[in-house]
Amino acid sequence: MSGHTHNTDDRRQLQMARSMCWHCQSEMAGEYFCDRCVKVQPVSKDVDYFTCFGLPRRLAIDTRVLEAKFYELSRAFHPDFYQNKSDAEQSISLGNSAMLNTAYRTLRDPIQRAEYLLDLEAGSVKDIRTSPPADLFEEILELQETLDEFRESDRASEQASTLRAKLHADRTNLEERQREMETRLHQLFSRWDALQDRGEATEEARTERSSILKDMRNILSNRTYVKNIVNDLVETIA
Amino acid sequence: MARIVGIDLGTTNSLVAYMDKGTPRIIASRHERAMVPSVVALTDNGLIVGDPAKEHLTRHPERTVYSVKRFMGKSLADVQGELAYFPYALTEKGGVIRIQLGEKSYSPPQISAMILKELKLRAEAFLGESITKAVITVPAYFNDSQRQATKDAGMIAGLEVLRIINEPTAASLAYGLQEKTQGTIAVYDLGGGTFDISILKLKNGIFEVLATNGDTHLGGDDFDQLVADLLLKEIKAQQGLDLSAHPDHMQAVRLQAERAKIRLSEELKTTVCLDLPNGQGQFTRELTRDQLEALCGPLVERSLGPCRLALKDSGLNPTEIDEVVLVGGSTRMPLVRQRVQALFGKQPHCDLNPDEVVALGAAVQADILSGGTTDMLLLDVTPLSLGIETMGGVMSSLIRRNTTIPASAKEMFTTYVDGQTGVDIHILQGERELAKDNRSLARFRLKIPPLPAGVPRIEVTFLIDANGILNVMAKDMRTGETQSIEVKPSYGLSDQEVERMIEDSFKFAADDVSARKVIEARLDAGALITTTEKSLADGGHLVAAGEVATIRAALSALASAKEGSDPRAIRARMADLEQAAKGLTVAMLDDSLKQGLQGKKISDVT
Ligand SMILES: Nc1ncnc2c1ncn2[C@@H]1O[C@H](COP(=O)(O)OP(=O)(O)O)[C@@H](O)[C@H]1O
Ligand SMILES: [Mg+2]
Repeated sequence: MSGHTHNTDDRRQLQMARSMCWHCQSEMAGEYFCDRCVKVQPVSKDVDYFTCFGLPRRLAIDTRVLEAKFYELSRAFHPDFYQNKSDAEQSISLGNSAMLNTAYRTLRDPIQRAEYLLDLEAGSVKDIRTSPPADLFEEILELQETLDEFRESDRASEQASTLRAKLHADRTNLEERQREMETRLHQLFSRWDALQDRGEATEEARTERSSILKDMRNILSNRTYVKNIVNDLVETIA
Repeated sequence: MARIVGIDLGTTNSLVAYMDKGTPRIIASRHERAMVPSVVALTDNGLIVGDPAKEHLTRHPERTVYSVKRFMGKSLADVQGELAYFPYALTEKGGVIRIQLGEKSYSPPQISAMILKELKLRAEAFLGESITKAVITVPAYFNDSQRQATKDAGMIAGLEVLRIINEPTAASLAYGLQEKTQGTIAVYDLGGGTFDISILKLKNGIFEVLATNGDTHLGGDDFDQLVADLLLKEIKAQQGLDLSAHPDHMQAVRLQAERAKIRLSEELKTTVCLDLPNGQGQFTRELTRDQLEALCGPLVERSLGPCRLALKDSGLNPTEIDEVVLVGGSTRMPLVRQRVQALFGKQPHCDLNPDEVVALGAAVQADILSGGTTDMLLLDVTPLSLGIETMGGVMSSLIRRNTTIPASAKEMFTTYVDGQTGVDIHILQGERELAKDNRSLARFRLKIPPLPAGVPRIEVTFLIDANGILNVMAKDMRTGETQSIEVKPSYGLSDQEVERMIEDSFKFAADDVSARKVIEARLDAGALITTTEKSLADGGHLVAAGEVATIRAALSALASAKEGSDPRAIRARMADLEQAAKGLTVAMLDDSLKQGLQGKKISDVT
């Protein structure tokens, strides 16, 4: 297999927002169903997930509201309810349901929600770290060595059990770091929401906005990096 | 909309159900068991299915196919380890297993289609209408190839498969309908050949699957095999007899092993008795429940691993599960109940008949699809991660396991070489890092217009539909044109092959003709019964009481003939009834003539 690139942003390359019913061509005011012919409409790819659920672009979300809305929209879009409809409606139902499921999965999880918001706000392609964050550099290099040694060791040997003990300690340590990062992230989330709530258009607000986004992006990518290391570690010593 | 039936196409037993005014019901006639053993035998008079076929297991083991579900969507290499256990000959063509029956060889979907046809026939006879649409269940942990094979089987049987649904989720629909429960439930489904665990959240009529896991190769068949192996070993040690040279006796041992296992669900000990070949007497042995449990313990334990994984993926602790529902015949084993109870820390629920609940749930889903039931909605997940092979033979995941379906992922492809006209795409399913350790689903070549390297932009959409089956679409982002993709399944029948098998199924099913005859006779008989009953009600007073009694006797004789499957007998009883009711018909005709004349008179007068 050759050349494929990850497409992390579905929204951008999608068509213009629709304003006309695909079926009866009447002007559309309704959200997902035509006011006139009541046919289901494809959810415009320009609609972000927050809007889709009727939620403000905030990082604290009432998950009960999210779930209730998800169930409501599932009842509106699910292919089960389009079995007797035209091919066009069935295909819209399928597309809308798939989109809805992705949207729900993304918003339900606080980390994915933040990554998504970052993407919307800063148009960032997800930052993928390939080397350890600066403040963990030494620690992680050492850990990698221990891991390699452990992998090559005879599992029953004395050496292996010493290494295992060390790895357990490293794991506890890294998990602690991960928790710290999550705490800092949640602080940033609250700051973001508060800033949005104030809705100021000052220079200061703009500066704070970009500084929050920048910090969020850093911590998110560090966290993912550490999380992958921990997963690898857990798998190795299991 | 035409009626849609729900079908549980099991490894061991299959059932068909329908929705009767809001209540799902199993279709069964007075003379036949509701469960159709999933067995197909080739006899001198053609292919037979179900209980009569099961009788051929020991008589003609090489011509009697059982547990065909184990081969759905599989290649010969996949089942290499267990080939020795099956008395019928297996070969392979184009990545698909073929089962040799006499002169002909059949793909697993064709054999499954024969079972489906039997169920279709029963439904038609029972409901008195032709059935062409169905919802069919599969183990939740079935991969794409296995699901597709099931859909193919439906098509070959002349059924439009409107939906493939997962067995444990089907069970939850039947359960939820009855119990009106809210909260989290775990459905533990251990049948003859497969094991599934699904964790669901039930809320206001929404059945949301949180996670599913399983083992498509773990079930009662494996318990039977362990007991059979023990018996075979002992027979060899004690009598110096190697039964593996006697396929008929091998089958007898397997059946006796299963019967003993089933008895031990009720009793603490039982005796196994086997006739030895060539009149060498009998082998007798006492088997205790403890011994059975010691043998099967490790397998039961193996089912708990997937349970823990499903819990983990759903983000729940065992204590957060409100109800545990048991499905499948093998959950009648006390050991299974104990282990499940210990894991979840609560008494499992087994009020619903574990044999029937899956088919009942399929009927509920059928009713949802036909618009009858509107308050329930099932949101299921894909059991395995879907991805593509990337450089270095690594799998890159596009849709993670336990993602709610329908689910889609898009991937942009370009070229690395000027003028490159295609990209080969290899689709995989599984949880392993390396492509080769996962299931290969399909390969296809994406066509690309010759352009400088990196210029083409082809967007490929991978969409898992509500059946858990993959659809692939491609779009050239520069021209906006969509490209149809010919996906070659790695382990499945091509569209052309399915097409041909559908044709064949009409051609060489000689006994299809007789099956048709049964249906037609049953339908005609039904009509005659209805009209005669109406005549009796309207004109019974016109004939002597003795004549009424004779008609009633003929009616009930026909009714019971109609339950059987001999078209000649049905036709004969129909003739009897017509004969018996002749006097009544004549009397009614006279009467109506009289009334007609009277009528005329009245009108004449006025
Ligand atoms: N009372 C019982 N005790 C133990 N096993 C049983 C009992 N009844 C049925 N079984 C086993 O259950 C399996 C069939 O279960 P079923 O749910 O019908 O399977 P499937 O769905 O695979 O067709 C067989 O292996 C059978 O031996
Ligand atoms: Mg079953």
